[in-house]
Amino acid sequence: MAAEATDMKIAVLSGKGGTGKTLVTVNLAAAAKTATYIDCDVEEPNGHLFFKPEGITEEKVTVKIPMADEELCSGCRKCVNFCKFNALAYTNKLIVFDEICHSCGGCILICPEKALTEKDKVIGTVQKGTSGNVSVYTGIMNVGEASGVPIIKKLLEPENQEADKMTVIDCPPGSACIVMESIKDADYCILVAEPTLFGVHNLNMVYELVTLFKKPFGVVLNKCLDGKNPAETFCIENNIKILGRIPFDNELGTLNSNAEIAVNESEKYRELFSVLLQTVTKEVQSCGSC
Amino acid sequence: MRQLLILSGKGGTGKTTIASAFIKLADARAYADCDVDAPNLHLISDWNVEPIKSDYYGLSKAEINSEMCIGCDQCKQNCRFDAISITNDEYKVDHFACEGCSVCEYVCPVDAILMVPSVDGELTLYSDSGKVFSTAQLKMGSGNSGLLVTEVKKQMRSSAVNAELAIIDGSPGIGCPVIASLNGVDMVLIVAEPSLSGISDMERIIDTAAKFGIKTAVCINKYDTNIENTKKIKDFCEKQELTFVGVIPYDSNAVKAINNGLTIVDIECKSGTAVKEVYNKTIDLLFEESIN
Amino acid sequence: MKIAIPVDNKTLDTNICASFGRAPYFLVYDTETKESAFIENTAATSPGGAGIKAAQMIVDNKAAALLTPRCGQNAADVLNAAGIKIYKTIAGSAQDNIDAFTDGKLSLLDDFHAGFHGRRSN
Repeated sequence: MAAEATDMKIAVLSGKGGTGKTLVTVNLAAAAKTATYIDCDVEEPNGHLFFKPEGITEEKVTVKIPMADEELCSGCRKCVNFCKFNALAYTNKLIVFDEICHSCGGCILICPEKALTEKDKVIGTVQKGTSGNVSVYTGIMNVGEASGVPIIKKLLEPENQEADKMTVIDCPPGSACIVMESIKDADYCILVAEPTLFGVHNLNMVYELVTLFKKPFGVVLNKCLDGKNPAETFCIENNIKILGRIPFDNELGTLNSNAEIAVNESEKYRELFSVLLQTVTKEVQSCGSC
Repeated sequence: MRQLLILSGKGGTGKTTIASAFIKLADARAYADCDVDAPNLHLISDWNVEPIKSDYYGLSKAEINSEMCIGCDQCKQNCRFDAISITNDEYKVDHFACEGCSVCEYVCPVDAILMVPSVDGELTLYSDSGKVFSTAQLKMGSGNSGLLVTEVKKQMRSSAVNAELAIIDGSPGIGCPVIASLNGVDMVLIVAEPSLSGISDMERIIDTAAKFGIKTAVCINKYDTNIENTKKIKDFCEKQELTFVGVIPYDSNAVKAINNGLTIVDIECKSGTAVKEVYNKTIDLLFEESIN
Repeated sequence: MKIAIPVDNKTLDTNICASFGRAPYFLVYDTETKESAFIENTAATSPGGAGIKAAQMIVDNKAAALLTPRCGQNAADVLNAAGIKIYKTIAGSAQDNIDAFTDGKLSLLDDFHAGFHGRRSN
């Protein structure tokens, strides 16, 4: 195996769900000598099912929510009128709607009586554990919360990126603000595409996203069958580097559906993902200071 | 008009593939794509008319007038979203990071900051001979698409005349857009996939839908890729008293159909045959009168 | 007393709006003077928290009761805190519901759907 570029941060994303982000991220991490795996799909995290990490420590993720001192509150309603998210209401006292509040701190600033202070509210957790040579970070958002962005910010804190270790980031599907947060500090992006009409349409979306963010990137074609591959055509037409092809394969499908890490169970896949890792490493090194 | 919403929790289980088959089988006069982040239904819908498009405005975003700015740094210090930065000695707001809270506008001592309307997406409506299809595309980087989902459904409802049944293709996840799509529907069909990831996500979406007390049914797509997990899902449904409406096998012909812009019931294939059974059971449940 | 109703149009024979938080208008009807006023619902276009903002409007207009087909938990929290009673509307126009209310024929709304951010109903 070629030497790995240490410290590189690779984000794996796809416009569409179910294309194989977790498959690629988990197996790249497992194929490396040592790596950090970060699961930013905080609504539906799955990587931990594959790694089954041990020695789990948990840290709660909190956001600040306003609370009123009723003695000081004069009922002037400046805070209610200011809040752009409609998270506040006033009847005979102030009512705060935690899940709608975006924690902007505006109401605290605006209160003329200084009646508002902030309390912490838990919106999710970050779990850290290890699985063999991989440090596994899992972000979990509580059901019903407005935004997973604070959890992703916590996941991607510099303290979590250990020196001399490659980091792979399993991103949420789509291209909304939560995805942008996940790729913000990545050195390189891998776009995973499936060979379907839907897949190409959504590949186009993340292609626009990484281009906008000026991230170097390449595509991994997953679930490849014989016959025309619209995703491959898209890459060729747009001069996009194809990093590798993963065939549609029952063996891989079964391993994956049982949450088993392919590189640990199959020599064929250890080889495939090692080669992919080498290709990505070379790409990161050649693009210089990304 | 009875509304059926198709959800999955996990992405890639086959919501759109199944939704498009249902729409074909029902000859539905009203349908919508609520996956506004990554809409796909329009790719296998056949329309000969030009759609009506309209802009969707989200929260206004901050803009700094650099001529008026005195560089006091108050805006940057007070922004909780790291949306303000200095480039070439100019204070600028990152449009994607800005959440529209307007704290910066409030703290600016010289009124150099204004909140400006922001187009966060585009609504599209196809309407012809009494049939309507409502969809939308969120602009990338936008947040909070619950309102856009609500607009998609509202657009469909107000244009759908005499439609008995509306089929709504939902989005993956459990967040705001999913919650918005659940509001006001008569039934949810969950498309599960027999993988551990799929089961984990299915449980989270069922938990979310349960809060609304909406009739929920479950079907399993690509069931034969893991028979053991398929059984696990069936057992789970029984324990939770959820109606199980059938299984659909993995079918490479399904991919071929979709890639040619056809639904799985437009061609002869095993997934097409199976989805007809699932469809019949689902519709029976949807229109069944509650015995209270 | 004043009662509020979410409506689609500014007439007494209008349909009741299916949504409270995003209704285009509210009818505020005074059962004593029999006067009606239609107010525009500024919450309708809010990306979030529409129910809360709409409920605040009802509170501020000093209504003692709200007649609505559905209501979210968040809006209900605001209305309950202000002591405003919430009644379930029947099929028919706004006028039909006003009549049903004054005849004591409407029942209280007791099932609130979770807010868009998932708060459980109690």
